[in-house]
Amino acid sequence: MASDTTNGVKQNSTVEIKGLYKIFGRRPKHFMDAVKEGMSKQELQEKHGHVLGLKDINLSMPAGSIQVVMGLSGSGKSTLIRHINRLIDPTVGEVLVGGQDVCKMGQGALRNFRRHETAMVFQKFALLPHRTVINNVVYGLEVQGVPRDKQETEARRWIDRVGLSGFEDNYPNQLSGGMQQRVGLARALANDAPLLLMDEAFSALDPLIRMDMQSVLLDLQTELHKTIVFITHDVDEALRLGDRIAILRDGEVIQEGTGQDIVMEPADEYIQNFVKDVNRARVIQTESVMKAGVHSGATVEVSDSANLQDAARIMSDAQQQVVNVTNGDGQVVGHLDLETTVAAIVKQERRHTTPGSEFSA
Amino acid sequence: MEWLTEFPAMDKTALRALKKGIDGGFRAWTREHGDTVEAFFEPIKQMLIWSEKFLLNTPWPIILGGIVLIAWLASRSWKITLMTLITMVLIGYFDMWDNTMRTISIMVVSTFVSIILGIPIGIAMSKSDKLQSLITPVLDVMQTMPGFVYLIPVVMLLGIGKVPGLLAVVIYAIPPIIRLTNLGIRMVDKEVLEAADAFGSSPWQRLKNVQIPLAMPTIMAGINQTIMMALALVVIASMIGVKGLGQPVLQAIANQYFTLGMFNGLAIVGVAIIFDRVSQAYGKRLQSHSEVVHGK
Repeated sequence: MASDTTNGVKQNSTVEIKGLYKIFGRRPKHFMDAVKEGMSKQELQEKHGHVLGLKDINLSMPAGSIQVVMGLSGSGKSTLIRHINRLIDPTVGEVLVGGQDVCKMGQGALRNFRRHETAMVFQKFALLPHRTVINNVVYGLEVQGVPRDKQETEARRWIDRVGLSGFEDNYPNQLSGGMQQRVGLARALANDAPLLLMDEAFSALDPLIRMDMQSVLLDLQTELHKTIVFITHDVDEALRLGDRIAILRDGEVIQEGTGQDIVMEPADEYIQNFVKDVNRARVIQTESVMKAGVHSGATVEVSDSANLQDAARIMSDAQQQVVNVTNGDGQVVGHLDLETTVAAIVKQERRHTTPGSEFSA
Repeated sequence: MEWLTEFPAMDKTALRALKKGIDGGFRAWTREHGDTVEAFFEPIKQMLIWSEKFLLNTPWPIILGGIVLIAWLASRSWKITLMTLITMVLIGYFDMWDNTMRTISIMVVSTFVSIILGIPIGIAMSKSDKLQSLITPVLDVMQTMPGFVYLIPVVMLLGIGKVPGLLAVVIYAIPPIIRLTNLGIRMVDKEVLEAADAFGSSPWQRLKNVQIPLAMPTIMAGINQTIMMALALVVIASMIGVKGLGQPVLQAIANQYFTLGMFNGLAIVGVAIIFDRVSQAYGKRLQSHSEVVHGK
């Protein structure tokens, strides 16, 4: 196996996607050149009956972080995540996980890769209805050929970790949606794979349960440091979970960056529409709007990675108009006043009315 | 204008020659290979003989107890168990015990053979659309061809007796199990299959852990159908020497013995109901995990 194990955490599971194209239809290769030369998705579909699923995807996901891929339905995000463990074969392109090209693996190697290097959580849970919770959670280990008693100890540990102790012997349809997805998560985690693929994992849950599951995931991630690829159509979820976010539309990545980048500098009107109702106070960090220098009148401090909501609360609690911003070492790197904070929170990005853009038509 | 009122059929002599030719060819083939074919079916013949002997030679209280116990273990229902007991007692009281045992024997063996052959064929069919389009018309022929017609070549090949009877029953009864195994596996939820793949299941692990268990309700319906069709053919099979409840019925038809026909007919119905209810209850019990629903 390509990954070595240190402190129980497998290393080297960066994901790099290079020049990935996917065309659905009977003769995808035939239309590759035309697509590369700029044939539009619409033309391909109307004239040739082929669907352009993904177009020239280039993404680099560092190990140990959460990469969110966001887009509306039909944008190709589920197709993209299925290329990472090759549930879908690409038309052309490379998918490198820890340096190995997944697309070039033979059947046996691919099976081994799926057994040991990846685990997946599905939108509709995809649990085995005829198996109890514990027998669902052991599935990955069972397929790997781990001895039964070890399967069970591992499974019980993860069932406990996702908060389902006592439900080991229940069947999936005795559980609520949120609980079922906890089983899905435990099943994926029990695999001890460095790469976790989550395909709209929380989209089928109601809002409160969804928030709850996001917390469970973030909580686990602080100790597990897995590479997580998370697909969602929900911008709040993307901003909450994603270390980095890629936005997909019509099979193309139209912006890639941190949540703050996307909220503050949306690349086009499509993204602007996406983020317009976002609570900016919770996304924008003090560092990106602070003014340089120490403010001598400030009596309170806030971290540079805190968000504006925290800064505003500190100021209002201390009944101050200004706060000093400190970095990780406790040094003051700038200051922030209430006026700037409020302005940054309420500011609507000016419209991107680039002349000639397809949106102004 | 004769060609308008009379269908322009093939010349009579040519037609007769054609039929004679095919019959002659087949007869010659049977004469030459009859022994090989018989030897091939020898194990099944032994199985049939053994199971019939077992059912007939074991004292009736033990068999009765066994049947009632199986009914209880499979169904876990007092109602079904009691009904089984009453039906079997009535059959014995009206002196149809031995024939019923013979019928149950051939039915159990032919159902067993159908399952052993049918499930793998159904699985193979679910894996390949090509195979499906090849097998489906064969199954259609097997199910619609009148039973008497395929008795002819079977008798020509193997004569009269238990094995040709079994063959006739299996040909008639196997299509539902094949069809429903195929259907059940094809209907398995795609997302669950995707999950099995994502965790690196081998084709065998996929089949064993996901496809067969999830297709089980449908496969059980197929087994149930197969049992019912096997029973339905008992009377026809008796025409080629299969002993059992079918023979008195045949005798009753020939001699217009209304009561004899009725009694044996009802015994067949009774056995059919027992097998149907018990196998259905068993199938349902296998699916008990889908009965309990969230919120209870």
